[in-house]
Amino acid sequence: MKTIYLDNNATTQVALEVLEAMLPYFHDLYGNPSSMHSFGGQVGRKIREARESAAALIGAAPDEVIFTSCGTESDNAAIRSALLTQPEKRHIVTSRVEHPAIKALCAHLAEQGYRVTELPVDGEGRLDMEQYKRSLTPDTAIVSLMWANNETGVIFPIEAAAQLARARGILFHTDAVQAVGKIPIDMSKSAVSMLSISGHKLHAPKGVGVLYVRKGTRFSPFLIGGHQERSRRGGTENTPGIIGLGKACELAAQHMETENTKVKALRDRLENELLTRVPNSRVNGDRVNRLPNTSNISFEFVEGEGILLMMDEYGICASSGSACTSGSLQPSHVLRAMGVPFTMAHGSIRFSLSIYNTDEEVDFVIDKLPPIIETLRSMSPYWRTGERACGTA
Amino acid sequence: MWEYTDKVKDHFLHPRNVGEVEDADAVAEVGSIACGDALKLSFKLDENKRIKEVKFQTFGCASAIATSSALTEMVKGMTLEEAEKITNQDIANYLGGLPQEKMHCSVMGREALEKAIDVYKGRAPKTVEGNIVCDCFGVTDIEIERAIRENNLATLEDVTNFTKAGGGCGNCHGAIQEIIDRVRAELSGKPAAKPKLSNIQKIRMIEETIEREIRPALKHDGGNIELIDVVGNRVLVATRGACASCQASNQTLKHFVEAKLKELVWPELTVEEVSQ
Ligand code: FES
Repeated sequence: MKTIYLDNNATTQVALEVLEAMLPYFHDLYGNPSSMHSFGGQVGRKIREARESAAALIGAAPDEVIFTSCGTESDNAAIRSALLTQPEKRHIVTSRVEHPAIKALCAHLAEQGYRVTELPVDGEGRLDMEQYKRSLTPDTAIVSLMWANNETGVIFPIEAAAQLARARGILFHTDAVQAVGKIPIDMSKSAVSMLSISGHKLHAPKGVGVLYVRKGTRFSPFLIGGHQERSRRGGTENTPGIIGLGKACELAAQHMETENTKVKALRDRLENELLTRVPNSRVNGDRVNRLPNTSNISFEFVEGEGILLMMDEYGICASSGSACTSGSLQPSHVLRAMGVPFTMAHGSIRFSLSIYNTDEEVDFVIDKLPPIIETLRSMSPYWRTGERACGTA
Repeated sequence: MWEYTDKVKDHFLHPRNVGEVEDADAVAEVGSIACGDALKLSFKLDENKRIKEVKFQTFGCASAIATSSALTEMVKGMTLEEAEKITNQDIANYLGGLPQEKMHCSVMGREALEKAIDVYKGRAPKTVEGNIVCDCFGVTDIEIERAIRENNLATLEDVTNFTKAGGGCGNCHGAIQEIIDRVRAELSGKPAAKPKLSNIQKIRMIEETIEREIRPALKHDGGNIELIDVVGNRVLVATRGACASCQASNQTLKHFVEAKLKELVWPELTVEEVSQ
């Protein structure tokens, strides 16, 4: 069975060009980039090139790029550094819809006595900028807001938010793992202090990420060890991973246009067709300020897990914000923060496309999904009767 | 991804008895859309008071649909007295087991059946008694206590897996723990009735118990043990390493391995060593 992969916000396929770029650095060119001999030195040169490519993708200088092991490490390093370098400040501003890498970290810090403000979002997943402004205090050490939401694709006004923070002398971090490569990002014209990238979200392998740290930002390393990454991140470099990430960043820069034309058109067609073919369905999140590849659709009165398993029978991969699939018993925190009603939240499906998806694949999904929803609805006691309150009816 | 048995998948992809029985003798509904799953069950009896027709409608995850479908197949042809004896464990067994996190689906099935029978008999449904402990999922102390007793639950996580109580905001965790402590204390007085086990479940539990409780202890002394087969209640094992040459190995088998398996899996198990 052919796999139709529409779950690219979870992870992406390593691009062939990336794989090829990496392969020599496992077995043949295995030298340590820190070594004095030229066998290691040639690897060091490749890492320098990768750093330049990563920097170029986000309009940064190469020495503002720190290679890490993943987006989560980058997020942790950023927030902890901000707190360690400004011990007098005890307040963090973030949002209710962040990725667990930020959300769980902030909850942990709150237990340790930091004050955490989690900004709410509206029904479309948007921030209230006035409320954001009011949340910034002299005690605020750092603001951390995601650039684009992994579940809905909704884009926050990061540049405006970063400027407001900078004007008050507050550090600003953004988890940009979903945004980088999909929308233009230019750190040379930005007020953002730190930014996280994850390799495997942009066709590089898992296990490599970047933390961008603006020149002049005081930084305290998360991993202390050798002199790698100019002592800002100890540990021998994941050389194949970093070289792969460099290649992926190069490709992402080339494909940005495609993301916003071809991928966007595919996404729009998938979304519009499903909305017309399936009654009682709706899009979650702001459809205007949104990543070009993401669509989060709710099908009322059915449960996401059933939809995913039935799609799986056809080889279609997507994900859901339903309780059954979240590993907890409640629907996703993002949809709950947006106030999506239960009848809708449990039946939410996230499609996230990539440049490798085709028209035929979208046709296939448009064809297969509506009958799946119909089948599940025919089993649901609510289809036709409407909602009920919680508890024993 | 959840690890569902083929039987669960089959009942999810090809559910039996979907819909509503016309002129039903009883209809009952449990759960709600806000809670994430709900089941509506209706049945009709024949002249011998056996369940002639039974149908379900379910909103929920794949395992909720599969347990509903399984339940309808199980009760068809039963008298209400027979049907009443079905436990949530029976439903799970029928499906070859459910992931722990999904056991609440089997509990919902049992509740719906019970409620439908109550409706038929004109009794007040048991589920409305008691005080709500978990507001997020509308679970009462009586339901929690029952799940603990019937399934021999020991931890907060178990209770959440079986009843969903505690799976939301977490405000009720203290109250649930109190119920667990009280019921466990009562249970330790008189040994809990262990639920019936299917063969597969028995083997799985034996394997797990060996892995978790027995092997680490033996390894500590340089020994090891391997499960060869399970025949009825006879557990056939082979000893390895220091155990194999140890004089006291028979003692270890009887006093330690067998005792552990009796305690944690099934009281009638015996352990025998086979040479391999
Ligand atoms: S009250 Fe039980 S989880 Fe919220």
